[in-house]
Amino acid sequence: MTAPFAPAVPPLSIAGFTLQSRLVTGTGKYRDYETMQRALDVSGCDAVTVAVRRERLVDAQGRSLLDFLDLARYTILPNTAGCFSAEDAIRVARLGREILDSVDNPGKHWVKLEVLGDRKTLLPDPVGTLEACRELVKDGFTVLCYSSDDPIMAVRLRDAGAASVMPAGSPIGSGRGIANPANIALILELLKDPAAGGDAAYPVIVDAGVGTPSDVTLAMELGADGVLLNTGIAHAKDPVRMAHAMKLALDSGYHGARSGRIERKLHASASSPWQGSIASTVIPGE
Amino acid sequence: MNSDEIEITLNGAPTQVPVGTNVAELVTRILPNARAYAVEVNRSVLSRREHAERTVKHGDVIEVVTLVGGG
Repeated sequence: MTAPFAPAVPPLSIAGFTLQSRLVTGTGKYRDYETMQRALDVSGCDAVTVAVRRERLVDAQGRSLLDFLDLARYTILPNTAGCFSAEDAIRVARLGREILDSVDNPGKHWVKLEVLGDRKTLLPDPVGTLEACRELVKDGFTVLCYSSDDPIMAVRLRDAGAASVMPAGSPIGSGRGIANPANIALILELLKDPAAGGDAAYPVIVDAGVGTPSDVTLAMELGADGVLLNTGIAHAKDPVRMAHAMKLALDSGYHGARSGRIERKLHASASSPWQGSIASTVIPGE
Repeated sequence: MNSDEIEITLNGAPTQVPVGTNVAELVTRILPNARAYAVEVNRSVLSRREHAERTVKHGDVIEVVTLVGGG
């Protein structure tokens, strides 16, 4: 009997952080904390995103998010969601760092930077994002930068010191998947291909818009280093099962990307040999 | 407003607090039993060790924040 073939997906390094799982999941929008807790567990993630807000959002029993997040297990990635200016995003990032410092979570050293330009689309404001990125890098943050799928913007953010550029597949929570695979491919080429001035070790994570496991697989097949998603799991009818599917999809895409896919061809290529066929009919096209 | 009170803006709302109140006492009022929180006073983060030392002043704009679910 041969040994089982089960190659591991290696951890992902982002500046000083090592993620055992390349699937980063959000903690928002779950119907209850128990479901969130189980979905995070099943997803296999070890980094989770959170938001910084004024009020403690408690459920009917008076329980809050942190009652259901094992801070010894998860690295918390605070976001600057809801900020529409560089100034506000910088304030929120600093508050997030202070909160995580108070609970001694390693997430105090990084931030998921979002500077949004419009409430309806939640598309990033590129100018504000770049400005905030520069300032936060100067302030010692490891900045994981949410961006549009614009390749030149991705280069600008990398050059501004972002530890990872995280292009949106499509608008946040839209479930439209990878709307422009060509742009994601261009970003990956510019940031990761040494021939294009990139660095193969530079982490690019597809963030936002992921709706299905196949979206995750496509992102990984294109060559992304990881995927960040929230709504695709949290708003699925069965979030726990979807978390499982997303995990499998990520592994599938990772291995697929490294297996050398066949070329796309216009014409068919028979998988069974012509030789030895007993068929006596004339083959159309011969 | 009593003469022994001052007005501040706390999490966006005008709020009267007794003269001499410090930030640590304010936090207890907003987030009783909380351990994961941060405070910003007039747009600058106030580190945890300064909470008990910083007395609230009239006109201060204070934000007390915590972590919630997000993506």
